[in-house]
Amino acid sequence: MSVDSPILEMKSITKRFPGVKALDDVNLNVQQGEIHALIGENGAGKSTLMKVLSGVHAYGTYEGEIIFNGSLCEFKNINESEELGIVIIHQELALIPELSIAENIFLGNEQQKNGVINWSETLVKTIELLKKVGLKVDPEEKIKNIGVGQQQLVEIAKALSKDVRLLILDEPTAALNEEDSENLLNLLVELKEQGMTSILISHKLKELLKVSDSLTVLRDGQTIQTYHLSSQKITESIIIKDMVGRDLTNLYPERKKVIGNEVVFEVKDWSVYHPLDPNKQLLHNVNLKVKKGEIIGIAGLMGAGRTELAMSIFGKSYGKKISGELYKGGQKIKLNDVSEAIKHKIAYVSENRKDYGLILIDSVRKNLTLSNLKKVSNKNILNMNDEIVEAESIKTKMNVKAPSIEQVTNHLSGGNQQKVVLGKWIFTDPDLLILDEPSRGIDIGAKFEIYKIINELAEKGKSIIMISSELPELLGMCDRIYTLCEGKITADVDIDEADQETLMTYMTQSWRS
Amino acid sequence: MEGIKQLLASNIRRFTMIIALVGIIILFQILTHGILLTPLNVTNIIMQNSYIIVLAIGMMLVIITGEIDLSVGSVAAFVGAVSGVLLVSWDLPVFLGIIICLALGALIGAWQGYWVAYVNIPSFIVTLAGMLIFRGLTLVVLQGQTLAPFPDSFRKLSSSFIPDLFGNGELQLFTILIGLIFTVIYIVSEFSIRKKDIKYGFNTLSMPLLMLKIILLSVVINLFTYILAQYEGLPYVLLILVALVLGYTFIMNKTVLGRHIYAVGGNANAAKLSGVKTKRMKFLVFMNMGILAALSGMIFAGRLNAATPQAGNLFELDAIAAAVIGGASFTGGIGTIFGAVIGALVMGVLNNGMSLMGIGIDWQQAIKGLVLLAAVAFDVLNKNK
Ligand SMILES: Nc1ncnc2c1ncn2[C@@H]1O[C@H](COP(=O)(O)OP(=O)(O)OP(=O)(O)O)[C@@H](O)[C@H]1O
Ligand SMILES: [Mg+2]
Repeated sequence: MSVDSPILEMKSITKRFPGVKALDDVNLNVQQGEIHALIGENGAGKSTLMKVLSGVHAYGTYEGEIIFNGSLCEFKNINESEELGIVIIHQELALIPELSIAENIFLGNEQQKNGVINWSETLVKTIELLKKVGLKVDPEEKIKNIGVGQQQLVEIAKALSKDVRLLILDEPTAALNEEDSENLLNLLVELKEQGMTSILISHKLKELLKVSDSLTVLRDGQTIQTYHLSSQKITESIIIKDMVGRDLTNLYPERKKVIGNEVVFEVKDWSVYHPLDPNKQLLHNVNLKVKKGEIIGIAGLMGAGRTELAMSIFGKSYGKKISGELYKGGQKIKLNDVSEAIKHKIAYVSENRKDYGLILIDSVRKNLTLSNLKKVSNKNILNMNDEIVEAESIKTKMNVKAPSIEQVTNHLSGGNQQKVVLGKWIFTDPDLLILDEPSRGIDIGAKFEIYKIINELAEKGKSIIMISSELPELLGMCDRIYTLCEGKITADVDIDEADQETLMTYMTQSWRS
Repeated sequence: MEGIKQLLASNIRRFTMIIALVGIIILFQILTHGILLTPLNVTNIIMQNSYIIVLAIGMMLVIITGEIDLSVGSVAAFVGAVSGVLLVSWDLPVFLGIIICLALGALIGAWQGYWVAYVNIPSFIVTLAGMLIFRGLTLVVLQGQTLAPFPDSFRKLSSSFIPDLFGNGELQLFTILIGLIFTVIYIVSEFSIRKKDIKYGFNTLSMPLLMLKIILLSVVINLFTYILAQYEGLPYVLLILVALVLGYTFIMNKTVLGRHIYAVGGNANAAKLSGVKTKRMKFLVFMNMGILAALSGMIFAGRLNAATPQAGNLFELDAIAAAVIGGASFTGGIGTIFGAVIGALVMGVLNNGMSLMGIGIDWQQAIKGLVLLAAVAFDVLNKNK
């Protein structure tokens, strides 16, 4: 591969939104046949750059030039860029849950003659594509019935069906567990060997360093550096420094451990059934306790029932036929809905911020205060001034990057949205905070900040339950880790005895024979 | 200049609505050779549209929660019919009759709200059924006949005017006085808000801009009461409307309840996980719609001075159109009470202006349809820009 055969050149791209300059004179060169990594903090402008490239932000709404395959491009919409073989897989998956895999793959590109779909051809081609991406499922299965990892592969298969020359993946592994991530990355490398060029956005440095050939760092809407990994020796810390503009030696902040003896929250014999299939038991007699000032982790594979556990505890927000007991501060409590849970000072930060965390059409302010309007109102009448002051103060404390608290949350970058959700729950002043994948899609700097906030809460005597697919995160933050396998707690491991291997063993310790 | 731009940018939707209304008023004022804005006709426009405005307010709330109510016309007719039976046939005291009718509206709203909120049946279906049910029941109650006349005190609600306390001369001085009082209250509140904003260090409108706003609004308020004063003064129904608009605007903007209603429409899942009682909110909004439909039905019956089987025909469409022209979004979570009123007035002025010009009902329908489509298309195109 010669260094000067760029397939793509983006020159001096500047993109403004009302109140924000998302991209400021950005340059990006991508060589034919390479995997080019794009990295940067939340809100650095990665997604925006890719949206400019693919025509989501139409020509004329930005400044600068895009040269693809030697010719100048002025895309007015996605279709025009797809015609040239530029295909983007967005941060938020765009599959239709009620349609089958085959239907999704050929949506908008139907295998048809005179408007009549040729289903056998569709199926044959789908099977071929699924084989290419290494997915072994029935092409007629509905999207909603397969896991996120598999959905991600379907997206890629869909891209491949379009004669793609440049594949853009925006944080494809954010929602995936390690095994699924591995699969996906291997697939990318394989495709590269067949000559495909791709741009890969991710916050996971390790995986980027492993698979990519070049790497461009963005910070605050500007290009900082492009590294060629074959010729330069690059370490994680160099990149982190480029990203955040300072050294970040420790990924997990220090915390003064002040764990009381008093058990703040306890779950006894908790069993839950599937909401639609009342014979399917998802959780089996789960027992766990959290002490004052303690951070406990819940580790488990996809489908082990972690989110189901958290949501069923949190005001029975998930599941049917829930049985078992909850104790808070030694008192038995009943949480029949979310408002009761909030009253008992319990908070739950969902893993899915777009669907379950935020009201995307509403402002940062309205989202931040929604769960605790009591604090900014008197006899149910809102005090707008108090609300603004409180919202400003959380925004500053959480370091949310937005032009103002009136910004609509839909326009925030993923990481900043996550901070808003977390801020909203901290505003309820909980004694027990349940965090479901709190750092998903968040950059290293922001992760550090969020960890710091979690630690501060623990130091103040709050108790925290942390659910995460990233074992290093649990190992770095928790005092004790429960492992969950097929809906049952299989171990309760003290942090001093925990390492990835031990946890993995318990997480996969199938108890069904 | 910067200030004006920002103001425009952040309130673009509101401004375009007002500009559209003003544009339509000017257009018809010219086309009708000045008849549109005569005191008699302005009074007429208010009275003819009062029942639609009442419905539009309720419909706005329903649409904000992401639902729809197709039954309001039938419910209004049904309650109107029942009011006829209570007041005309049975001679019940008017006050009692009104209370019973409002309670009946609440009950009907609760019935529909129950199916929508707690049984999860799409509101389109529930209220389509309601549309048939209550139209049918209207016929049953009236047995195909018209009940008339209503007692005078009942008709006051919809068709009479506040007596002029200083009652001499051409001009209703009392009406003008109320306009002035209203203006003073408005100006005082505007300044007290500004004082608070400055105290907290928030952004405020620059002084010249604020003055401009105050002067404009004051002129509009007083011009309006001046026109009314040249005819018979303030209709009672206008007081009801003003109270409803102010009350509901307050609820939607300044109370926890209002915030929760918006949240349900914005993202029901997230709202639920934030402690909002989503089902109860939907239930309440439908119940509220029932009460307002009852009020609307009574105003209409009073105005007609009769309870008729055809009352309220197509009201639901006018109410929905008003809400949509006024900025409601069918995906939920978006819309204002103010918008609903402006939307209803746009429709009302259109109706009235075209009637004055002698355009037949056939063309009126078609033109209203086009205006509805144009309003929404404009909005969508504007958003994509
Ligand atoms: N439609 C929009 N309107 C207004 N501002 C926007 C819009 N889209 C993006 N922005 C702003 O542009 C900046 C860059 O956002 P972008 O989504 O590109 O970040 P990112 O690097 O992809 O972040 P993340 O890692 O969190 O996904 C952010 O400050 C964001 O708030
Ligand atoms: Mg992004």
